[in-house]
This record gives sequence, C-alpha cells and structure tokens, in this order.
Amino acid sequence: MPEQLVFAMEVFLNGLMAGVLYALVALGFVLIYKASGIFNYAQGVMALFAALTLVGIMEGQVPFAHLINAMLGTEIHHFGWHVPGVLAILFTMAVMVGLAWIVNTLIFRHLVNQEPIILFMATIGLAYFLEGFGDIMWGADIKKLDVGLPQGINLWIDETTFNIFDYGFFIDNLDIVATVVAALLVCALVIFAQYTKQGRAMRAVADDHQAALSVGISLNFIWVMVWSVAGFVALVAGIMWGTKSGVQFSLSLIALKALPVLMLGGFTSIPGAIVGGLIIGVGEKLFEFGFGPMLGGATENWFAYVLALIFLVFRPQGLFGEKIIERV
Amino acid sequence: MLDITEDPKDALLEVNNIEVIYNHVILVLKGVSLKVPKGGITALLGGNGAGKTTTLKAISNLLKSERGEVTKGSITYRGERVQDLVPSDLVRKGVIQVMEGRHCFEHLTVEENLLTGAYTRGSSRGEIDADLNMVYDYFPRLKERRKSQAGYTSGGEQQMVAIGRALMSRPETILLDEPSMGLAPQLVEQIFGIVKSLNEEEGYTFLLAEQNTNVALRFAHYGYILESGRVVMDGLASDLRENPDVKEFYLGMSDEGRKSFRDVRSYRRRKRWLS
Repeated sequence: MPEQLVFAMEVFLNGLMAGVLYALVALGFVLIYKASGIFNYAQGVMALFAALTLVGIMEGQVPFAHLINAMLGTEIHHFGWHVPGVLAILFTMAVMVGLAWIVNTLIFRHLVNQEPIILFMATIGLAYFLEGFGDIMWGADIKKLDVGLPQGINLWIDETTFNIFDYGFFIDNLDIVATVVAALLVCALVIFAQYTKQGRAMRAVADDHQAALSVGISLNFIWVMVWSVAGFVALVAGIMWGTKSGVQFSLSLIALKALPVLMLGGFTSIPGAIVGGLIIGVGEKLFEFGFGPMLGGATENWFAYVLALIFLVFRPQGLFGEKIIERV
Repeated sequence: MLDITEDPKDALLEVNNIEVIYNHVILVLKGVSLKVPKGGITALLGGNGAGKTTTLKAISNLLKSERGEVTKGSITYRGERVQDLVPSDLVRKGVIQVMEGRHCFEHLTVEENLLTGAYTRGSSRGEIDADLNMVYDYFPRLKERRKSQAGYTSGGEQQMVAIGRALMSRPETILLDEPSMGLAPQLVEQIFGIVKSLNEEEGYTFLLAEQNTNVALRFAHYGYILESGRVVMDGLASDLRENPDVKEFYLGMSDEGRKSFRDVRSYRRRKRWLS
C-alpha cells in the first residue's frame, strides 16, 4: 500500500477521534436548543466551569481562596485532602445541577415568551459571567486534570497496524475512551428523549410551550432538568478536553468549534451532533493533510466554517435537523 | 336534558365577576360571571375579541404565561379558590383546557401527543393503555394515524388529537376553545357529536367557547353570550335559540328577512351584568 494512503488513513482515524470531542460539546447545545429554543452560547464555558470545579474538588482547593484571603488576611488555599475521581465527579455533577437551577430561576424563568435574540443575548451574558466566576472561584492558572483515564499511545493498534502496513498508527487511548463514552452518552440521551415520560415531555415543551403548560407539564421543571443534563454533558466534555490539554480558559473557545458541527448536523438532532462532529473532525484533518502544505497550513482554523457555510446554503436545517413542518 | 337550577351548590366551576388585564394596561374582561354545572355542556358565545378565550385561560391559569392576570373577582372549582394555582395543579384537580387552534406537538407522533396528556398522572402503564384505547374508540381515525407526526395530520385530526390528549389526563371538566375553527362543516358536526357522546356516556363536563353559535346552541345545555368583555345574556340553550335578538345577531335570522350589513348593530339592548 502506498505510503501516502497509509498516512491518510491515520489522519482519518485521528480526525474521527477529534470529531468525537467536538461532538461532545455540540451535544450540550442541541439538548438545550431542542427543549427551550435557546441557543446556549455558554455551553463551552459550562464545560470549562465543570472541569475547573472537578479539579478544584479533587485537589481539595478552597473555593474563592483569593477573595477570602484578601478580605480576611488569611493564607488558605487548600483543605489538605484529595478526593478520588469518581466521588469528585459526583460532587461536580451536583454543582452543575445547582447551576442549572440557579440559571433557570434567576434568568430564564423571567424570559419566557421572549424573542430568541433576547434569550441568546442572555446566554452570552451568562457565558462571560460564568467565565469570570470560575476564575474567582478556582483561580486562573492552568490545571492538570487526571481522573484516571488511560492516556498515551495505544500499543495494540500500533503493533497491529505495524504488522499490516509496516507503519504503526498513533492513536491516543484517551481518544478511544472519549469515543466509547460519547457513544454511550448518545445512546442514553436518545433513549431518554424517545422512550421516557420526561423525555417526551421535553420534546413536547420544545414544540409548544403553551400546549405543554395546558396538559400540566411544568416548564420550570423541564428546563432545570434539561440544563442539568446539558451540565452533565458539559462535565463529560470538560473531563475529556481537560485531560487532553489541561484545564485552561481557552477551553471555552472549543465551543466555537461546535458551531460548524451544529450547522452540519442540525441544531435539533442528537445523532446529528455526533455525525456532524465526525465529519468536521475528519474533514479538517484530511484537508490539512491534503491541501494544508499547499495553502500555507493552519487550514484547520477555517475549514470547518467554510464547510458549514456551504451546508447552510444547500440544507439550512442541517443533515439531521427536524424538517420545518409547514402545512399549506 | 340536564336540569339547570340557579343553586350554586350545583356549580362545579364558578367564575365570579372577574376582570382580566393584559400587560398591566389592556382591560379585556370587565366583570364576567358564569357557572358551569357538573355533567353539563355550557357554551360561551360571542364574536371575535369578546373575551371567550381569555375567560377560558383565566380559568385554566394559562393567562400568566401571556402576561395577563385576573385583577378582580374569583374563580372557584368545587368551592375552592383556584385562581392562584399553576396550570399543572389545575390539571391534577381535573380541569384541562384544549386550546384554540389545536396546538398539537408537531414533531411528536399522534400517540406520543396523547401520552403527554397523561403527564400529571402517576398511573401504571396498563391504566394509561386502557385510556389510550378509550380515546381510540372515540376517535378511530387517530388509531390509524397513531404513528404519524402530528404536524402532518389534517386540521380535523389535530383537533381530535387535542381533545384526546386532554382526555388522557382523566379530567372532570374540559375547557374546549373554538373546536370548530378552520374545519369543514361536516367535521364540525362530527367533533361536536363526539363531545356530546363524551358528555353523555362518560360524564365529562364541558365549558365550550365557540363563535359558531348555531352549532354550539344545538349541542349545549346552557349558554352565555359575551360581548366586549361582559356577559350580555345567558339562558338555556333552547331558550337562546328562540330568542329574537340571538337569532338576529348571532344566527343571522330575522323576522324581516335578510338584512344588509348596514343594519347590523352591536348588541347593546338589555345589557346586564351578572353578579
């Protein structure tokens, strides 16, 4: 097999893995958008906040340490304990549910029946508030996150491919874990949305707020639930990205990569978020591999957006988006 | 035929002189009172903007999400004040509204739409299935279309879905808003026929808002006529049908033959307020 083709295959696989991570972020957007029509700009920041909180709890960091020290003249930074990963994840999840409740009670409850643009603006405000809040609460330094996920090159794949192609593929174990987790997450979410009572209520709320109210569905409950689930997805994304590249504020920028994923997959489709993520991941890696050198590199910065634009022109609802039902 | 007396003990639902204001400024209802007896079909009649829908929404508490509020008067159900409850509490008490314009969940299938009606119930799957079959018995058309997305069904089917969905909550009283809207006359007859049999066979109480006075008065037991936020007349449906003013203004019949639009007056004579 020609060498170029083998390289391309490796790039393809790595693209798939990167795509899974994009998809994880995009999933959170889809959930909230589906249930409340809110495009949650803060989803990326939520992933960051979740990761910060997770590290903070694991390391026994004192929240608001800087603030407390400055006000009381003390010098505390750590409680002096370490919380095991699984337990810390549970605590962080509780924090995310709390956050969902606060966000809904303080902000979105008061914005029922408002224009989508107003809701969108509210989420932008929320995003930057949460970013600053995370900073004050846990500090701005880059943190290492290790909840015990396997990392580094997968030797089995390396050896197997070496035996076949005479060239060992580099696939990170973490990416494989991320893929499995994402697959499980999507299955769970689809089952939840399609086959459970609350999932059905969530889709009902998405279709028609007033009608949902009229049959006795509590909008507040559904929204807190959806924001909690989105918080959980953000936590998973935060763990994967944080483990990969450290917990830092640039994490919130990956949210922007989720935008082309959403345009491709459709804002309302859970499987669409995954497929969109994979297409973007593979597309940008292969494009960089094939045309990057010709175009001076760094095509990964813009390729996804161009692809998304082309899609918008020809299929505005995305690959899997709900058809806009219009009866004449 | 149901015997309607003026004894308030018989009234399941009582609306007492309510005033409704939207957005803190727009006065929509200026003192509406009515009584809905158990097991009856009560019709709320009147033209566009008379306040029929607002009255129903005031009862079901859907007003708040539209920035409306009841500023005066009281609404009681079984003698209990209900105007400060949230809609889901009212559904649990047995009062459910079928909204004007049907409002199906477009992307849910017909069957899923019906199932959302059972949201407030803690019943077992078996009980819910039994009720689903009851709804399909009344609306066989829905059984054929159970797997289709509600958004792609016809207007008549959507009205059936909306009524069926309300039935799934096992209500006592159904507030039915403008069931005839946008439907062919034949379908209107069919829907009203089903409402009548639901009332007679299953004992559901209906409060019906309807512009189509002719049909509504044929199926209802008692009627209230609203005009710009006030009740201007009420009586047994059979009496209203024979009333010369109702005939002239709402049924389009008059002793002097057809009239031109020039002669149409708004109904102001014998205006009265119920207390």
